[in-house]
Amino acid sequence: MSAAVLIENLQKSYGDVQAVKNISFTVQPGEIFGLLGPNGAGKTTTIRCLCTLSKPDAGKIEVGGVSAIALPKAVRQRLGYVAQEVAPDKVLTGRELLKLQAALYHLPQKIIGDRIQQLIEVLGLEEYANKKIGTYSGGILKRLDLAAGLLHQPEVLVLDEPTVGLDIESRMVVWEFLQELRAAGTTVLITSHYLEEIDALADRLAIIDRGVVIAEGKPSELKDKLGGDRVTLRIREFTSDEEADKAKHILESLPFVEEVIINAVQGNSLNLIVKSGQSSLSKIEQSLAEVELPTFSLAQSRPSLDDVYLAATGQTIMDAQIAASSTRDLKKEKKQQMK
Amino acid sequence: MSQSISSSKIKSVLTPNPSISKNSEQNSSLGDFIQETLALTQRLFIQLQRRPSTLIAGIIQPFMWLVLFGALFSKAPSGLFGTDLSYAKFLAPGVIVFTAFSGALNAGLPVMFDREFGFLNRLLVAPLSSRYSIVAASTVYIIALSFIQTAVIIFASAILGAGLPGLAGLSAIALIVFLIVLGVTALSLGLAFALPGHIELIAVIFVTNLPLLFASTALAPLSFMADWLQVIASLNPLTYAIEPIRYIYGHGDWAINSIVMDTPWFGFSFGTVILVLLAFDALILLAIQPLLRRRFA
Repeated sequence: MSAAVLIENLQKSYGDVQAVKNISFTVQPGEIFGLLGPNGAGKTTTIRCLCTLSKPDAGKIEVGGVSAIALPKAVRQRLGYVAQEVAPDKVLTGRELLKLQAALYHLPQKIIGDRIQQLIEVLGLEEYANKKIGTYSGGILKRLDLAAGLLHQPEVLVLDEPTVGLDIESRMVVWEFLQELRAAGTTVLITSHYLEEIDALADRLAIIDRGVVIAEGKPSELKDKLGGDRVTLRIREFTSDEEADKAKHILESLPFVEEVIINAVQGNSLNLIVKSGQSSLSKIEQSLAEVELPTFSLAQSRPSLDDVYLAATGQTIMDAQIAASSTRDLKKEKKQQMK
Repeated sequence: MSQSISSSKIKSVLTPNPSISKNSEQNSSLGDFIQETLALTQRLFIQLQRRPSTLIAGIIQPFMWLVLFGALFSKAPSGLFGTDLSYAKFLAPGVIVFTAFSGALNAGLPVMFDREFGFLNRLLVAPLSSRYSIVAASTVYIIALSFIQTAVIIFASAILGAGLPGLAGLSAIALIVFLIVLGVTALSLGLAFALPGHIELIAVIFVTNLPLLFASTALAPLSFMADWLQVIASLNPLTYAIEPIRYIYGHGDWAINSIVMDTPWFGFSFGTVILVLLAFDALILLAIQPLLRRRFA
C-alpha cells in the first residue's frame, strides 16, 4: 500500500528566499500527521506545494502514489484543503458556498443536496447554514471550511494551522472532529506551531525548522530519545544574575544534573536536565538551602516536544516564533504566494 | 456555540470515497466544464443580487451621460451632427458602447479581489476540468450585465427622442456590444492575473477609460477632431463599435454592405467593421493566453 502522502527532498524558493530547503516525510494512511514548527519554518510552503498551489523547484510529492507534479488534477480530487486564512465569500450563505464547492468537485447533481445536508449536520451548522457567511464567528467559519474540505469525501484532509485565532471551545471542537475523522478512516495532515496541539492530536509528526526536517517520529519516541527529565527552578520570582550564577555553579556539581541553563527571558529561571527516575527535587532544594538560597518554585517533568525542538535548534519554538516575526515581511510573502 | 458535533452518523459521512465524483483525469468532459462555469457564474449573480449598487450605478451613470451631454449640445446648429441626426440620436450609440466598455474594463476587479483575499486558492485546489472556467464565468456575467445596461440605455434614449431601431437593428446592436465587451473583458481579466494588486489594476482602468472615450467618436464626429486625433479615433476599437450602431440609429435601411464608418483613409462597410471587432477579440484572447497560463499552469 502506498503512503497517503509522500514528500521527498522538496525545495521551493520565492525570489531569493529559500522557504523550503529540503523537506521529506511520509504520512501513512489513516493517521493524523503533524507538521510542527515556528512561523516561517516552511510549513505553509510545503502545504502549498502539496495542494498544487505552488510548483516545487525540486523534489517528489505523491498522494496515494499519484504524483502531484505530473497529475495535479488527480491529486486535487484526492485532497481536501483547509487553508489557514479562511477566504469565504461573505455575501454567500454557508449552504451556497458548499453548493459552489460541490460543483467545483463535480459531485453528481442528484447527491449534492443530501451530501451538503449531511455535512451541515455532522459539523453542527444547522443554525448557520442559511445565514450569510459575513455574520459567522471564527469557529463557525472554520467548521464551514471543514465541511467544504470534506464535501467530496477526500482520502486526505490537509489543514494549515487550523486553530490559529480560535477560542478554546472552538479549538476543542476542531480537535474532537479531527479525531472522529481519523476514526472514520480519513488521513489528516495538520500543520501547527502549537506544541500541545500536535502532542494531543498527532500519531506521528515531523518538526520543521528553517526549511528542513529536524526530527520525525511518534511524539513519545521523540521525547524518549532525548532522555532525562526536565526541571524548572526559580530561586525568586525575579532572580538576580549573581544568584542565578551562584545556583548554577552549585547545581552543576550535583552528580545527577547533566546540564543547567539560565533563562534570562523568564526572570533568570534555571532549566535543568537531570537523570530520570531520581528524587532530584528534594536534593536540589537541600543543596540550595545549604548556601541560603530560597526556592520560589521547582517542578520536574518529562521532556516535551518543545525540548525536542530546543535540543535540535538551541532555542524554544516560542523564541523562534518571536525572532521570525521580527524579520519576516508578511506582505511581501503574501504577494509572492498570490496566484 | 453549545452544540458539539454529533457522532452517530459521522462515520458514513466522513469515510473517504474516491468514487463520489467521476475521476477527472479520465473524463474532463464538457459537462464538468459547464457545471463549474455555471456554479461560478451563479456566485457572481448572487453577489449582484445582494449587493446591487454596482448595477444601479451602472444604470444611473449612462443615464446622466445622456441627459448632461444632451443638454451640453442641445443648442448646437441643426444639421451639425449630420443631416437629420439630432444630438440625442447621435449620442445614444456613444453612450451604449462606452457604458459596455467601462463595465467590461472593470471585469477584472472581482477576480483581483478573489486573488487578494485567497478565494481564488479555493478554486485552484479544486479539480476544475479547466481553469478557464474562472475566466468564462466572469465573461458570461459581464456580458449579461452589459445587455441589461444596453437595454436600459436604448429605452431611455428612445424617451429622450433618439428613436428606436427595428428588431434587426437591435440584434445587430447586441452583436456589436457582445464583441466589444468580449474583447475588453478578456483584456481586463488578463490584467487581473498579470498585475500585482488591485491598486495597479484600478490605475490601469483609470488611465484607459476616459482617454479612450474622448479619442473615439462617442461624443463628437471624426470631422470635428484635430487631424492627429482623427488618426487615433480611427484606430480605437470603440469607434468601430460606435459607428455601426450610429448608422443603425440614423438609417432604417442599413445593410451588411452599407458604408457605416469613414476614416481619413477609407470607408468601412458594416460587414468589415464586424470583422475588425472579431479580429480585435481574437488578438486579445491570444495576447492574454500567456498571462493566464502563467497562473493556471
